[in-house]
Order: sequence, then C-alpha cells, then structure tokens
Amino acid sequence: MDTVSQLQRQFVDHTTSLYREGFVDDQFTQLQKLQDENSPDFVVEVVTLFFDDCEKLINNMARALEQQQEVDFKQVDASVHQLKGSSSSIGAMRVKNVCVTFRTFCEAQNREGCLRCLQQVNREYSLLKNKLQTLFRLEQQIVAAGGTIPAVE
Amino acid sequence: MSCSSGTGVLVKLSRLFVELYKWAFVKMSMNCGVVAGSVWFFSSFDKGALGRKEQIPDSCGEKARILLQNFNVSLNQLHALASFFSESDQMTSLECTKDRAAKLSSTDHLACTLKVKCSDKQDFSMKHMWVVENAELKDQCPVQDENIPKMDVESMSFFPQSTMSSLSLEHHNGRKGISQARELRFQVKSNCENMALCLVKGCWWFLIGMIISWMISGVNLKLWKEKRLKPDLLQPVAQQRQLLLQQKQQQQAQTHPKGAGKWRKKLLIAFVLLGINFSIWLFCHLYEKNVLRREEALANMCDERARMLQDQFNVSMNHVHALAILVSTFHHGKHPSAIDQKTFGEYTERTAFERPLTSGVAYALKVPHSERARFEKQREWTIKKMESEDQTLGQDCNLEKLNPAPIQDEYAPVIFSQETVSHIVSIDMMSGKEDRENILRARASGKGVLTSPFKLLKYNHLGVVLTFAVYNADLPPDATPVQRTEATVGYLGASYDIHSLVEKLLHQLSSKQTILVNVYDTTNDSAPIKMYGTDVNDTGLLHISSLDFGDPLRKHEMHCSFKQKPPLPWTAINTSVGVLVITLLLGHIFHAAINRITKVENDYREMMELKARAEAADVAKSQFLATVSHEIRNPMNGVLGMLQMLMDTNLDANQMDCAQTAHASGKDLISIINEVLDQAKIESGRLELENVPFDLRSILDNVLSLFSGKSNEKGIELAVYVSNHIPEVVVGDPGRFRQIITNLVGNSIKFTHKGHIFVSVHVAGEVRGTLDIGDGVLQQGLNPFQDVSKKTYNTLSGFPVVDRRKSWESFKQLYGTDRMEDHERIKILVTVEDTGVGIPLEAQDRIFTPFMQADSSMSRTYGGTGIGLSISKHLVELMHGEIGFVSEPATGSTFSFTGVFGKREGSPLELKFHQYDLVISELRGLQALVVDDRRIRAEVTRYHLQRLGISVDVFTSLESTSDYLSSNRGTSVLAHLAMVLIDKDAWDKEAIHVLHQLLKEERLNSRAEVSINLPKIFLLATSISSTERNELKAAGFVDNVLAKPLRLSVLIGSFQETLGSGKKRRISRNKISTLGSLLREKRILVVDDNKVNRRVAEGALRKYGAIVSCVESGRAAIEMLKPPHNFDACFMDLQMPEMDGFEATRQIRSLEKEVNEKIASGGASADKFGNVAFWRIPILAMTADVIQATNEECMKCGMDDYVLKPFEEEQLYLAVARFFESG
Repeated sequence: MDTVSQLQRQFVDHTTSLYREGFVDDQFTQLQKLQDENSPDFVVEVVTLFFDDCEKLINNMARALEQQQEVDFKQVDASVHQLKGSSSSIGAMRVKNVCVTFRTFCEAQNREGCLRCLQQVNREYSLLKNKLQTLFRLEQQIVAAGGTIPAVE
Repeated sequence: MSCSSGTGVLVKLSRLFVELYKWAFVKMSMNCGVVAGSVWFFSSFDKGALGRKEQIPDSCGEKARILLQNFNVSLNQLHALASFFSESDQMTSLECTKDRAAKLSSTDHLACTLKVKCSDKQDFSMKHMWVVENAELKDQCPVQDENIPKMDVESMSFFPQSTMSSLSLEHHNGRKGISQARELRFQVKSNCENMALCLVKGCWWFLIGMIISWMISGVNLKLWKEKRLKPDLLQPVAQQRQLLLQQKQQQQAQTHPKGAGKWRKKLLIAFVLLGINFSIWLFCHLYEKNVLRREEALANMCDERARMLQDQFNVSMNHVHALAILVSTFHHGKHPSAIDQKTFGEYTERTAFERPLTSGVAYALKVPHSERARFEKQREWTIKKMESEDQTLGQDCNLEKLNPAPIQDEYAPVIFSQETVSHIVSIDMMSGKEDRENILRARASGKGVLTSPFKLLKYNHLGVVLTFAVYNADLPPDATPVQRTEATVGYLGASYDIHSLVEKLLHQLSSKQTILVNVYDTTNDSAPIKMYGTDVNDTGLLHISSLDFGDPLRKHEMHCSFKQKPPLPWTAINTSVGVLVITLLLGHIFHAAINRITKVENDYREMMELKARAEAADVAKSQFLATVSHEIRNPMNGVLGMLQMLMDTNLDANQMDCAQTAHASGKDLISIINEVLDQAKIESGRLELENVPFDLRSILDNVLSLFSGKSNEKGIELAVYVSNHIPEVVVGDPGRFRQIITNLVGNSIKFTHKGHIFVSVHVAGEVRGTLDIGDGVLQQGLNPFQDVSKKTYNTLSGFPVVDRRKSWESFKQLYGTDRMEDHERIKILVTVEDTGVGIPLEAQDRIFTPFMQADSSMSRTYGGTGIGLSISKHLVELMHGEIGFVSEPATGSTFSFTGVFGKREGSPLELKFHQYDLVISELRGLQALVVDDRRIRAEVTRYHLQRLGISVDVFTSLESTSDYLSSNRGTSVLAHLAMVLIDKDAWDKEAIHVLHQLLKEERLNSRAEVSINLPKIFLLATSISSTERNELKAAGFVDNVLAKPLRLSVLIGSFQETLGSGKKRRISRNKISTLGSLLREKRILVVDDNKVNRRVAEGALRKYGAIVSCVESGRAAIEMLKPPHNFDACFMDLQMPEMDGFEATRQIRSLEKEVNEKIASGGASADKFGNVAFWRIPILAMTADVIQATNEECMKCGMDDYVLKPFEEEQLYLAVARFFESG
C-alpha cells in the first residue's frame, strides 16, 4: 500500500514537473487519453516510435551538417520538419520549439546556427527520453504493484 | 430693220439668259451653301462661271454688231452706187451691177430686183429712192409697194419675197448666233454644274470619310478600353492578385498602346501628306484650267479679230476691185470716156466712206513706150518718174520737181486720182520698184496685190498699196497671165492704212483693253515687218492667227497677247490653301488627340504599375502581419500555458495576483493578435465565411455568458432578445457572427458604467413594418417614452437610450426591396444598445477606421486596439449586410448591423442541447408568472422561458400578481403554475410574503400530488452577493436566485436544481459518443510520412471506433484509393516528401473522374467498381499550419476539408460530420 501510494505520488510529481517544465504539453494528455483497453500500450508505443524516429532524424541531420561545404539544407530542413511534426504530435513541446528555431536557421542556411540547434535538439531529446522513460518505469511499477495510475490534471 | 430688231431680240434674249443665269447661279450657290455650309471657295467657282457668262452676252453683242456692220457696209455700197448713178446721170448697162452683185453677198437679191426694175424702164430716181428706203426700212416693204403704183405684179410679188428671204437670212443668222450662244451657255452651265457637283460630292465623301474615321477611332478606343477593363474585372480573386497584376502589366506592356500609337501616327502622317498632295494637285489642276481657259479666250479673241480684219480688208478690197471694174467699164468701155479726172476725183471722194481704210485711190493707165508721145501730147503733161524708187502713192511731193520718166517699155502714168492723192497724177508707177512689181503681179494674176508695208508719210503710219489691174475685155476666169497682160489697160491702186484699219476694228470690239494686237507682215519669215501694234513686254501668252488679205504672195499674221500679266490664280490659291489649312488643322487636331491618348495611356500604365506595386505592398504587409501574428501566437501559448501551470502551484496571494495579471495580459495579447490576424486576412482578401447551420440564440447565450462576469462586476444589466420571427437555425458563419456581437458587446461593456446593454435580434422586415409589430420588445424599443412619475424610461434599466432607429437609417438595403430576402435567405437586424458614455461627435465618422479610437485619451482609459469595429464592419460586409450606429455622448450608443443568412427549413440542429434534452422535455408545457415592473425586461424573461417551452404571464408588480392569483384560486391556472419569477426591482418583502401565503394556502387546499409541485419562486437579479442570496434562500421565500444575464444554460441549471428533477447530468461525453457514432466502423486511410504522426492519428481515430489503415506516402495512398476500394474517408498529410498531399489528392481525383466517366458512359460495368455509381472519397487535409491550410488551396486540388494537427475533438467532429452525418 505504502509503495503504491509512494509510487503514485512520485508519478504525479514527475508528471506535473513534465508539464511544468514544458517537456510535454496538452497534446501529451490527449495522447494519454487515447489509451484505453483496446490499446493499452498506446502511449509507450507512440513514444517509442517517436524516439526511434528522433534518433534517426538527428543522425541524419548530424551527418548532413558534418559536411564542411555543400550542406544539404533541404534535406536538413525536411528532417527538421519531420521532427517538428512528430514532436508536436506527441506533445514534446520543448523539442518542437527548438525545431521551430532550427527551421529558421535552415532557411537562412546558417550552418553554425543549425549545428547549435542540433545540439540543443539532441539535448532536449535526451532529456525528454530520460523523463519519459522514468515516467513509464513508474507506471510499470505502479501497475506491477497493483495500483492504478492516478489521473493528473 | 430686221437686223436691228433681230439685234433687239438678241439683246432681249441675252438679257433673259443673263437673268436665267443669275437665277441658276443663285440657285446653285444656294445649293452650294446648303450643301457645304460655308465652304467659301465655292463662291470663287461661281464667280468664274459668272465671268464666263458675262463674256457670252458680250460676244453675242459683238456678233450682233458685226452683223450690223456687215449689213451697213452692204448698205453703204448700195448707197454709193446710187449716188454714183445719180451723179453720172447715166443709165448704164446692168452687167455692172450684176457683177457687183456677186460681191455684195448679203444683198444679192436686192441687186437682182434692181436689175429687173431697170429693165422695166422704171424711173431711176424713184428706184434709187426705193432702194435706199428699202435698204433702210426693210420692214416697211408693203408700204413702199403701195408707193410704187406702176410696179407690175411680177416685180411686186418677187420683191417682197426677196426681202423676206434676206430677212429670213438675217434672222437665220441671228438665230444661229443665238443658238450658238445658248449652246455655249448651256455648255458652260453644265460645265459649271458638273464641277460644282463633283466638288460637292468630293466634299461629302471627305466628310463621310472623316466621320467614319472618327467613328472607327472611337470604337477602337472603346474596344481598347474594354480590353483594358477586363483584367480589372478579373481582379477580385484575391490569392492570384499579384500574379494577375503581373500578367496584366506584362499584357499591357506587350500589347496595343504602343503599336496603336505608332499606327495612329503613321496614319496621321499619311493623312497630312495626302492632304498636302491633294492641295498641290488641286492648285495645279485649277491653275492649269485657268491657263487653258485664258488661252482659249485669247485664241478666240485673236481669231475673231483676225477674221474681222480680214473681212474688213476684203470688203475694202472688193470696193477697190469694184472701182477697177467701174473704171474699165466707164473709162475704157465707153467712147468717149465717161470718166475724167474730175468725175473720178469726185466719185472717189464721195465713196471714200466705203473704203475708210484707204487713204486714197488712183488710176494709172498702161502706156507702152510707143504711145508715150501721143499720150503725153494728149494729156499735155509728161510722164514723170518717181522721186525715189520706193516712193509710192502715199507720198506727198512736189510735182514740178519730178523728172520726166526715163524711157521704158511701158509706163503707168496716173491719170485719175482721188483728191487726197491728186499730186501723183502723171507719175509713172512703173518707175517705182515696188510699184512696178506690184503692177506686174496684179495684171498677171488679175487679183488685188499688196505691197510690203511702208510708211505713209501723211499719216506717219505703215500702210500697204493694193493694186488691181483693169482689163479692157471680159476675161475668162481661167485666162492665162499672158492673156491677162495683154488685156491690161490700166491699174488701180489704193493705199491702205493698216494702222487705222486695225485701230478701227479693235475699237469696234470690246475688251480692247485686255488684249494687245500686233499685225506683222511675214512674207519674209526671217524679218517680219510690224504693221500695227506696239512693242510691249512679253506677257507670256501669245496667240498667232494668220491673215489672208487675198494676196497669196504676202503673208500676214496677227499676234495677240493679253495686256496684263495673268492675274494670280486666286481661286486656285484660295482653294488649295484652304484645303491645306483644313488638312493641317485636322492634322493638328488629330496630332493633339493622339498625343493626349498616348499621354493618358502612359499615365494609365504608370498608375497601373503604381497600383500593382501598392497592392503588392499591401498584400505583403498583410502576409507579414499574418505570419508575424502566427509566429507570436506560438510562444504566447507557451507563456500562457506556463502561467496557467504556475497558478496551479502553491503561490501566495501576491504571486497569484501577479500570475493572474500576466495570464490575463497574455490572453489579451492573444486576442489582439487574433484581431490583427483577422484584419490582415480581411485586407488580403483571404477571409471567407463559412456556411454552416447554427443556432443563433445559443451563440448569443454564449456571448452573454462570456460577458456575464464583467457585467455583474459593473452592475450592468445585460440582456439578449431574439424575435420569434428568427428561425431556430440559420445558415452562416457562427464564429464570425459571434465575433461581431462580441466586439460590439465588448465595446459597450467597456464604455458603460451604469444602466444596461441590450442585444436584440430581429428580422429586418420587422422594422421595415411589413410584418405586424407584434413584438413587444420592438414596439417599446421603437417608441421610447418617459414614465414621468417614476422618472425612468421604458428601457431595460430605466436609463434613457438613443433612438435606435437612427442607427439603421443610413442602411441602403433595409427598406428597399432587396433580392437577398426570399425563401432561402433572411436578413437579420441586430442592435446592441447601451447606456454608456457615448462616442464623441467628432470621432463618430472615423469609428470604423482600423486602429482608430474615439481619441487617444479614450485609448488610455479603456485600452484596446480599435480594430474591433473595423473588423466587424468587414465581417458584416462579407455577410452582405451593413453596420451603422447612433450615439449621443452621455446617453449611450446603439450599434445596428444587418446580415444575410440562409434559412434551413425543418430539421433543427440535432446536437443542440443534448445534455439538456431531458430537462427541456420536463419543463415543456409548464406555466410561469413573471413579475417585473419594466416591460422590456419582462419580455426578455418571457423570451428565455418560452425557449424552454414554458408559457408565461407577465405582471408588473407583486400586488397585481397576488390579486390575479387570488382571483383565480382553485382554477387550473394555479394548478399548472410551476414557477414565479420576480425581478429584484419588483421585490418587496411584504408583497412576497402575501404571495407566499397565497401559494401556501393553495398548496394546502389542493390535492397531495400538486403540493409536491408547489410553484417555485425565483428571484432575478443582476448582481447579488452570496450572503444576500443565502439570506433570501434561508428566509424560504425564494427557492433560487437567477443571476442575470439570463441565458438558457443558467435557466436550465437553476430550474433543474430547484425543480429537483434529480436526474443528474448524463454522461458528459455526449459529444464524443456522437463522434464515435459517426466514425464507428468507418474505414479510414491515414496518409502521413511521419511515423509518429501516423500512429497518433491512427490512435485518435481508432478511439472513435474507426477502422484505420495507414500508408506513408502519397503514392501509396493513390494505390490504396484506386477504385474500387472500401475506404470511407482519407486523412492526408500535406507536406510529404516525394509527393505531397495536394498532388496525391489531385491524382486521386483524376483517377476517380476517369472511373466515373467510364461508368457513366457504360464503358465499364458498375459492379466492377464495387457497385458504386459515383466514386468520390472524402479527403481531409491534416495540417499544423492554419495559414497554409486555407480552404482554397485545399479545395483547389480537390480536398474536402482540413483538420488541424494534432487532432482536436470538436474540429475533427465538425469536419467529419459533413460527410458522415447523412450516412
């Protein structure tokens, strides 16, 4: 009972901090709402997809930007666009915001800015990944402990 | 005399003709005047013709004169003959006269009669008299006949005949002349007319040409303008504006103006050149004609003169000839001679008038040398030699000094001579070289022979000597020269004064002044001898007529020229200069016009360019605004979200306040940005209204609830009223309608501190008066009156308001019959009335200008961007309505606007109040009493209750209510009464007590089940504190308090609570279940290249029960959606690599079209395509970008709608509902 409530409290705190720190937004809530009996692991699935996608895109961009000359900004831009779309879909607000900046640099063909943004995206992505993994772990723990996942408003 | 009478007739005729001509000319000139207006140069033509006409009578008169003269000459001849006869007193043989008769052409018959008479032994003197008389008075012939009783019948009958014939001859001659003259005149006339006609025709053609060219150019201009206007008309398609402008510019740059300008200029130059050429040609033509005419006239005159001269000379010569014959007859034919010097002298003297041109005649006898001595002896003088060889008869010399003639073969001493030349008697003519030659020639030819001209001493003129040979026998006409020489007995010579001859002749003729005549002897071609005339400078024109004086050896010529140089051809000059001037003038006018056109064109082009630039700038501005606004919104959402979260944490009061303020500010900022975005959209023409059915009343309720907080804070009454004539559901753009109302109410709230804000909605027809004003609110709203006793007005709050009618006074389409309002459309009039501070008068005219507020102090006090009204105005215009207002400072303002909405008959909106359905059905049919001392307010309350199906009775006070209830005690009225609503203003503790008692009693009296539904008492209050509320509730008088503004949700909630229906709200997920029901079992294809997005969309849609398939590219989507397929809808991402959503959609649509055509044409059976007759899958765009997803772009490529990513329930529902609702 103790562990469950403790976990639950932890979960709530963690979720709140996620929202508060702007890692995720309303869309994430919406996403969570979509999860029901029919698709119990919906959120995890989507988020995993997102992470995979992210990793791939970040690698792509990093490769593209490594080139000293002739950076294919178009390709970078397409990647950023993709990333922005995915992040806004799952409600990864901070990643999305960085993406917005990233795109402006892309359009300006500013390699320096792009590289900076890439780093930022990478950082945000790692942070989010950590946070969400913690969240999912907590969820699993709660479920494993036989508790219900508390609703966070 | 016949001649004079003939002449008289001629003169008369000619006068008549002149008159005729004048008339003709007047007519002609009148014609000309009518036809060509004041084309002045016609008159010059007229003048020319007139001049000619003047010439005609002139020449006619001349002819008459010549005729007369000829006649006179004959007459003279006769006279002379008579005098000769009378003088010699001898009856001579008549052969003489017979011979002579041949020479008297016009009087030969007279001569004949004379002969007859003579043979009849008539008295000569009598005859002579008769002849004279006859000659003088031919017309009196019969009378003379009477005077000669002895004349036998034969002669009598013969004589008149002859006179008649001669008369007729004269007449004939005269007539011929007349007819000739007439002909000439007709010719001239027709010539003239022809010319005038041609000119008139030419003029007309020219005019017509000009008009046509004008018209063509006009049409051209028009066409061109239209052409230019066309692109203008195309313009309103806003998105392509820029493109269009560019196209337009290009088009303009490429096409007509320059080409047309050049073309026009070329035409103008051609025209001017043509005009100049024409004028030059005209000048040449006219000048040539002029010259030709001059030449003709000169030739005519010259020939005429030559002929006359010749005639006169011949006449004279004939006389001399006659004299020769006389001499031969009377001197040589008679023995002894009938003529001696004296007779001869006298005779010649007396007949000198016959030969007016001869200075003298002399007769020389042919004397052979053998007979010289005898002759000299007989004559008693010696034959003398001429002083110098070239001297002749005309010479004045001293006889005594002359030497006797040297011995020669023969001599020709002068024996008879006229008195004037008596000095030459006895001079041998053969001694002069010239004379000798003459004599020899004369006797050889038997004709008159002329000498070359020489100077006549006496007259100091040039003269010639005419010599005739006198023969002693009658020679046959074909006699040889030798025979002639043989027969010669003497010579008759006459000296002619050519000068006076010509002078006299010219004197007789008119226009002596204009013409200059020279007569030359041109026997020697190389050195012509001038016989008459003066040396005058050459005037250019010269006409030469040859003269025949009967001497074949001598040649004479007459040279005529005009005295003056030809006058400048004014007609030609005037005409051509006139034409030139007209041409140049026209050219100038056209040139100016063309320049003007070019200038206007250039200006136009320039302006179009500027316009295009300005518009481009405007579009750019709007786009910039839209983009910037959009970009600001994103971070602002972050800010707001953060603030919201911050507020959820544990904050102390101060922090909370700060956070709230920040949040509120952020919200304001967002709303401002939204407004700016709207404005930008409106300006760039991107704003388009939706056309969806909506419930207007609930929209108003929403607005009311939005402002309820503020109004309660300020203690303002806020109410809404919708007329019964407004249908439940109208079709239009609810969002924009709401926006307008919100703007207006928001403004009103901002500027109102006391009183009320009242929104009322009517059908425009109601205020127009076509419907009965059965509407209580409208009635009172339109007829404000003051309740003097209570010092209040019959308005919602009792404060005075402005006359709302004025606010729509300026609407153009409100009163007029407008096409908008028919069975499908309805025009709605909304008025928002407040009792605020009003708008300052000076600011009233710019209230709808964007970013303009009443004044700057106003904006400081009340804030706001001031574009709300501007946006509202645009929105109203988009709704085909008008907006207007009336405002009085310190009284308040009323804004009115109209809007056209569609009507939707039948099915009310289904989802209207799903959560309230039950409650409404419970409330329906209940009865309520409303107690309110203000009628309007009561009407508003009644309106809201009626919406719930509650029937309402209105009382103005509690007392009257009590009275009513007590009087109806025990009736069904009271039994059905479910509630009593009392306004706070009508609240009276005493009265409510009475009422309460009354109701209680009734409850006690009534049966048990009724008592459960005891009428509930509600208090209507604008603002009421919670303590007050609790107090009232506790007192038990009031079952519940209804906080104004009244709106459906408040009423329902309150009623639900109070009436205790107990059935708590149904599942709140009503809507979602609806969405679920819509999407359940629908097969949906999601197309997105983003895995995550795809998954999310799939999850969301699946949640609503849809069966979702996903593909990751446009190409795959096309594959999937190739008919036949079994998808019900497709959600398509727009931005995808390879093939984006637009392109994919286009291809899908074209695929579908192909299949549909196949099916329609029967080319493929429908079963092959899944038994679907028409394929069209709904495709919805998924996008995160609102700007990009503007409808048109999607619609253009065949999409049906768009949904925002990430999915939002309501929006998704609205989009999907369109397709699945029916199914």
